[in-house]
Amino acid sequence: MDFFSQHLLSWLIWFPVVGGVLVLATGGDRRAVAARWLALGISVITFILSVPLWTGFNRLTADMQFVERAPWIERFQIEYFLGVDGISVPLVLLTTILTIVVVIAGWQVIQSRVAQYFAAFLIMEGLMIGVFCALDGILFYLFWEAMLIPMFLIIGVWGGPNRVYAAIKFFLYTLLGSLLMLVALLYLYRASGGLFDLLVFHHLPLSGSVQTLVFLAFFAAFAVKIPMVPVHTWLPDAHVEAPTGGSVILAAITLKMGAYGFLRIAMPIAPDAAQQIAPVIIGLSLLAVVYIALIALVQQDMKKLIAYSSISHMGFVTLGFFVFETRAMEGAIVQMISHGFISGALFLCVGVLYDRLHSREIATYGGVIKVMPVFAFFIVFFAMANAGLPGTSGFVGEFLVILGTFSVNAWYAAVAALTLVVGAAYTLWMVKRVVFGAIQNPKVAELKDLDRREFGVLLLVAFGVLIIGVWPAPLLEVMDASVDQLLAHLAVSKL
Amino acid sequence: MTALTAQDFWAVAPEIYVATLACLILVVDLYIRSSRPCAVAYPLTIATLVSAGILCLDGLFEPSQTVLNGLVVRDAVSAILKSGTCFGTAGVLFYARDYAQERGLWRGEYLVLSLFGVVGMMAMIGAAHLLTLYVGIELLALCLYGMIAMERDSVRAAEAAMKYFILGALASGVLLYGMSLLYGLTGSLSLGAVSGTSASLKGDSLPLMLAIAMVVVGLLFKLGAVPFHMWVPDVYDGSATSTTLYLSAVPKLAAFAILLRLLSTGLEGWIEVWQDMLVVAALLSIALGNVVAIAQSSIKRMLAYSTISNMGFLLLGFFAGTQAGYSAAMVYATIYMVTTLAAFGVILALSRSGFESDRLDDFRGLNRRNPWLALLMLIVMFSLAGIPPTAGFFAKLMVLQAALDAGFVEVVVAAVILAVVGAFYYLRIVKLMYFDDVEEGVLALSAHGYRGTMIWVLSVNAIGLVAITPWIGKVMDFAGRSLTGFGLY
Repeated sequence: MDFFSQHLLSWLIWFPVVGGVLVLATGGDRRAVAARWLALGISVITFILSVPLWTGFNRLTADMQFVERAPWIERFQIEYFLGVDGISVPLVLLTTILTIVVVIAGWQVIQSRVAQYFAAFLIMEGLMIGVFCALDGILFYLFWEAMLIPMFLIIGVWGGPNRVYAAIKFFLYTLLGSLLMLVALLYLYRASGGLFDLLVFHHLPLSGSVQTLVFLAFFAAFAVKIPMVPVHTWLPDAHVEAPTGGSVILAAITLKMGAYGFLRIAMPIAPDAAQQIAPVIIGLSLLAVVYIALIALVQQDMKKLIAYSSISHMGFVTLGFFVFETRAMEGAIVQMISHGFISGALFLCVGVLYDRLHSREIATYGGVIKVMPVFAFFIVFFAMANAGLPGTSGFVGEFLVILGTFSVNAWYAAVAALTLVVGAAYTLWMVKRVVFGAIQNPKVAELKDLDRREFGVLLLVAFGVLIIGVWPAPLLEVMDASVDQLLAHLAVSKL
Repeated sequence: MTALTAQDFWAVAPEIYVATLACLILVVDLYIRSSRPCAVAYPLTIATLVSAGILCLDGLFEPSQTVLNGLVVRDAVSAILKSGTCFGTAGVLFYARDYAQERGLWRGEYLVLSLFGVVGMMAMIGAAHLLTLYVGIELLALCLYGMIAMERDSVRAAEAAMKYFILGALASGVLLYGMSLLYGLTGSLSLGAVSGTSASLKGDSLPLMLAIAMVVVGLLFKLGAVPFHMWVPDVYDGSATSTTLYLSAVPKLAAFAILLRLLSTGLEGWIEVWQDMLVVAALLSIALGNVVAIAQSSIKRMLAYSTISNMGFLLLGFFAGTQAGYSAAMVYATIYMVTTLAAFGVILALSRSGFESDRLDDFRGLNRRNPWLALLMLIVMFSLAGIPPTAGFFAKLMVLQAALDAGFVEVVVAAVILAVVGAFYYLRIVKLMYFDDVEEGVLALSAHGYRGTMIWVLSVNAIGLVAITPWIGKVMDFAGRSLTGFGLY
């Protein structure tokens, strides 16, 4: 037991990876059933493993917890250095929960190369947890990059008609950003006198111009991942073409990796540059919040609409980070978790429809509520959450960000608040056209309502959205100390 | 001139051993007839290489010594690289057997030439003298010409051999001319003595610059670096795949060794003269290799351009002129050799008589036909692209680190951006294998029975590229310490 508790993070990373390899070993599609159950078992056990992270987490300190540290590449002082704080713990849990969701969501939909499909998701789960836990620069980079491989395959193998283009675009966009991050890490290695320890980098004195360059290199990696305007164009393609599970993971977790990168790496390492560039980033965030929301308004394709909505909501996250205010930053982190649930759920809803009629066009549907009342309940609920209805998690995040921003600059807050209007407009308009109205398409009349599996998955996610919406205190409590410390760190100039 | 002792000969025992056994195998193969070609010669060759590989490791932890009147140096680096050469060549022949047999290339001469090539490479690795270096280079080149031309029925092989021969001879001439100028300026051909004059002979003297430029040009040609790369794609593409494997994988170790000997031992005092040349050649190689590879439809040509860009990365480790850079380049060359072995191993496993499997389209839908081989190729491709957690990533990390440490920030940024371009064509192979569907005709061909042991070795080879990750630090450390002779000198 001791061995287990001292290496909890390693278990969380490597158990799903090894499990993924085992699933892969079940082989061809003849043993698809075995692959499915094995994958489900592994994802559930990983979730159970991650529970002690929440219960055993000391909420009073901002120090890294569950730390594991071992020399790895001694020549360059690269370490196997893991640890979590209040910012990463919620993200790890989000990952373990959503992986279960994704496994169940792919249960019947995926009929070809089943073992490979589930293996890719499990391996990716481990790598994503690795990103959230790594405290060594190269280890972080390793997980960050390695994650591209399974995602590339998921989009390319099980995706839609234009999947190859989307997969390669996704890969190359992120690779370019990541490699610049690598150069920055190598530079910091030199500046720190031969270390890759991110926590040491946080306190490394750097001159103004160096900070700017380092920050921009990290910005290239993280902004592409989030994605921020104007490097967001890969996301609609990747989302639309990816299978439902891939879209869920992309929206719910990989986008958060970019935001997490800002908090863990870019901002604390180059605080002065972050302060200096903040107006530009706030501008881009507001642009995303408003302009991308307007683009979402005119989409004909449901997945594309949700993809643009994701970019818009992630604009809120970056806005919350770069006003340097406690409530705004906590709101932004809540928004990350909440958006993980909501966008994931919306993609699942679209997946439910797509599995039945093989169309993502809004115009195909209409009057779905008449044949699928339970489904209609869920999609309306998640749409409301997406629009930021009080009582759902979407409200908490956006409200806190606007509140925090208002105390810094009323104009920023005013522009950001527009999203409450436009966001509601595009989501509810989509729901209105899909769910309500008269049935135009005879095929819609034959639709079957949710089966038990779909119902269970959506219920699970709805539960998450509601809990955070009604009672966000535990979540805020976990991150409180870490956010305070981060802001205190950012307020001190390194110059 | 001192009298030679037993110790002198013991230092070159592996070379003598391989050369003697090569002669023996030539005779044995002539006189022992058997139903299958090379039934005796092949196991004998493998046994020779493996035992020579072990023999080379003797003296790994001994202090460096220069033997045979200053012709050969025996140190930790040479022990490791020679051993790697022997084992690598054994791997090459192991992979090549079925392919070469089906095409009638599997004759005693083929094995004997590859053994003499090994002797050439060993001479290059242990060179402490410009003459040894030159003899080694030429011995390897002659064997390669012969091996390429051995495919007599193929017009393309003949063309490749001819091209390689003429251009190779030209480059040798340039190299030799540079060496003779060096001799004229320094009064010695011994690398140690040449470097000893760097204090008195300034780098801005025109004859010296000319000499160094010619030597570097000759070297760059042998490496296949831009702008002396023209022969690489044609030779790779024209040769039988088994020969392409031989000439693309193992000689990279020797290439690293001659760069190390010449630049670090011999010409280090004039680093300001050759540094810029290498910077330009490295960047051009990475750029041209990666960009032109995109346009290829033959996987052999694609891998040829990939070699060019990888040689560029190898040079990145060199122009820094630091120990860290040399050890990075050493790890890079080794990992590149192992990766190339696996890449061609997959191609050879997929080829069979009448079907070369050297077009990119032949990889279409491989995941359906043979998911295991597809997975192995996937690992190899990501390793070549330098995506973690593969060994290829750590190799690139090390050389970039070394170049950055030496202050070449712009060069590193440019190399990194070009690496993204490179990632595209490796991804394309993955795309073909995983995303595209099989054409019906090709599916039928997959019934070919693969030799079981070959798939096992190939699996270890490719999976090893990922499995080494937890211990990669030890590998880097070992390479770094070997350059300083494990602290012995």
